Amino acid sequence: MSNLDLLIIGSGISGLSAAISAKEEGADVLVVTKSVPTKNNSVMAQGGINAALGNIKSDSTKLHAKDTLKSSHDLANANMVELLCNEAINAIEFLEKIGVSFSRIDNACSTKGSIAQRKLGGASAPRACYAQDYTGLKIMHTLLDFAISSNIEIKDGLFLLELIKNSCSEVCGGLFFNFNSGKLESIYAKRVLLATGGYGGIYAKNTNSYGSSGDGLAAVFRAGGVLSNMEFVQFHPTTLKGSNILISESARGEGGYLVNCKNERFVDELAPRDVVAKAVFEQISSGNSVYLDLRHIDEQHLKEAMPQELKVIKTYANVDATKELVEIEPAVHYSMGGISVNSNFAVKSLAGCFAVGECSDASVHGANRLGGNSLLEAVAFGRLSAKKALSVAPNAIEQKEQKYNLPVGSGNYNELSNTKKEVAEILNKNVGLLRDEQSLKEAQDSLNRLNIDTLSVSGQLQYNTNLIELLELKNSIYLAKATIKCALERKESRGAHIRVDYTSEDATYTKPSFITIKEL
Amino acid sequence: MEINIKRENTTQSFNIERASTLLEALYSIKTKQDSTLTFDSGCKSGICGCCSVLVNGKEKLACTHKLEDNDTIEPLRHYKVKKDLLVDKSAQLSLIKQTNAALANYKQELLTTKDENLTKIQTDCILCSSCYSACPVIDVNSNFLGPFALTRAYRYTADKREENPKDIIDSIQTNGVWDCTLCGECTLACPMGIDPKGDIVQLRNQSAKFGYMDPNFSNIGFGDGFGFNGGF
Repeated sequence: MSNLDLLIIGSGISGLSAAISAKEEGADVLVVTKSVPTKNNSVMAQGGINAALGNIKSDSTKLHAKDTLKSSHDLANANMVELLCNEAINAIEFLEKIGVSFSRIDNACSTKGSIAQRKLGGASAPRACYAQDYTGLKIMHTLLDFAISSNIEIKDGLFLLELIKNSCSEVCGGLFFNFNSGKLESIYAKRVLLATGGYGGIYAKNTNSYGSSGDGLAAVFRAGGVLSNMEFVQFHPTTLKGSNILISESARGEGGYLVNCKNERFVDELAPRDVVAKAVFEQISSGNSVYLDLRHIDEQHLKEAMPQELKVIKTYANVDATKELVEIEPAVHYSMGGISVNSNFAVKSLAGCFAVGECSDASVHGANRLGGNSLLEAVAFGRLSAKKALSVAPNAIEQKEQKYNLPVGSGNYNELSNTKKEVAEILNKNVGLLRDEQSLKEAQDSLNRLNIDTLSVSGQLQYNTNLIELLELKNSIYLAKATIKCALERKESRGAHIRVDYTSEDATYTKPSFITIKEL
Repeated sequence: MEINIKRENTTQSFNIERASTLLEALYSIKTKQDSTLTFDSGCKSGICGCCSVLVNGKEKLACTHKLEDNDTIEPLRHYKVKKDLLVDKSAQLSLIKQTNAALANYKQELLTTKDENLTKIQTDCILCSSCYSACPVIDVNSNFLGPFALTRAYRYTADKREENPKDIIDSIQTNGVWDCTLCGECTLACPMGIDPKGDIVQLRNQSAKFGYMDPNFSNIGFGDGFGFNGGF
């Protein structure tokens, strides 16, 4: 019989923050990940983590909440936003206590603290605490060290196939494909918390790590849970043209300009991401290439504040950003929508299951997320979600043999690879930064025509990366269809959802979109 | 161009179109020539540490390495090979665990930029294990804690917020700082410019402050192998 109080699926910043918090509560907790603990989008977050510490200029949690709500285009829940912004202060204190090496300011006021803060888009004050431009990396690895020293067990190579329910239809575990053994594995627990990340990776042009296929969302969807705001997919304005490697908002936070090929600035660089991404896209659509210009910023300061960005620009664009322009284009970066959860992080219409981080929609980002709020959500809500999950009565664990038909056969990898590419390109072309009824319906038709049930992989199951790719693709298609359906139904433009055929906000749509598998 | 990939006990050559990085070339081979080719990759931008391999005997991240004709690609050393270039890095967690690398006794401190600089480079570690693969000590002592675990240990001992790093210092004495030969291979291998060798030297200094000495030195000094004993 399993004694696990909490099974956490996902080992990114949300998952590990939750695990540490659960351990503090004395719970028996297990973290599982489909790959290795540090392969995730968390390590790729660069710019910072928001908290109204006011270390640089006066700031308040009220202002933080106001900025967040404004950027959400009235789709976020004011109470959840207030909770997030208040918890931000505790989140930074927690990270400080486990030793995250934030960048510092000298001669700090002892009542405030010395953590350096920078201004990111849409913020009314310098609010993002940062560790150069390695903020996600340093938080992630410090959490990992702390989790290990706290005796938290982390198992790798477990790909979530389905959530397991007991006879009361409460979630009491997960059925996994164990990549390391090639076998099915059931893990039972009194509560399950999903921290599986977003679905940005299903688009052709994205800044995400391979494998960002929204597996947790798809599992919840199939189990009858609700997804919300799926049409709100954030495009980051500045990714390297071609490779789509992320150049953080900190580049503009440190004073970088966006210029077109006529050397004209065309947008407030520190406007929220939806505004900047749209402006960049319009320039490119009208035939103007767009560049990030850092040349006027002191070279020494750039090297100090943005070492990673200078390095990736040099490696992937072969450009010295201190002296040359860097050509950029927008690409999918973050999914605002996700598993719909209530204020206790409990999944709507799926008892016993909780979700946190990018895989969830906790009603804090709405139609557009502010830079610095995703790391914040991961840490603050990660910690809080574990406490909330543990505070509810445990579900009855009913162990029984689980069956699952893995898509194994005479499979042809090219077919899988081509289908994956096709789905990704349909999304980019038809469900991209700008969309309309026709493009969305075309995408819907194209996806409905795909016959993915015939896809299979061959070879031994152990260490079969192709099988993982196929399972991810199957998940992607659910999410692609849900995104398109929600995008079709929202006949307005709001934040990251920009409809060419409905160009303005419409008050009748000032509410989240919800979707279940029955409506697909 | 041609590249050679070590798979199990054979080396297979592939003719490929020019690719900007090794990782792109691996994906190109997988989709166009051999779909069974197995390797790991994540961020595509040198920050997740998943795609580390050996190129002509030197540790490289596949996603940042610019290929050259006739490059030979092998899996990292010192880890069990799962398949082709994919290795089992799960030992990383137990190595970190053994060093007690974590901030255990927090003390409030108003850190400055100078304090930040003490651990700035060490905290850039992406756990790619290039250093661990390059370390020759592991060839002769598979229990050696190795460079990345020791660098991670050092970073907490150097953090002013740690009130008492004794647990960390105690845990790095056996198969730890004194077993290192200071050859510097780890430092050369690190794609993030971390200097584990330097960190190990620092840990030795700290160990001395906690009353530990170099066991090799004490063996030489007080053993009778060199005939120092009994002469007085």
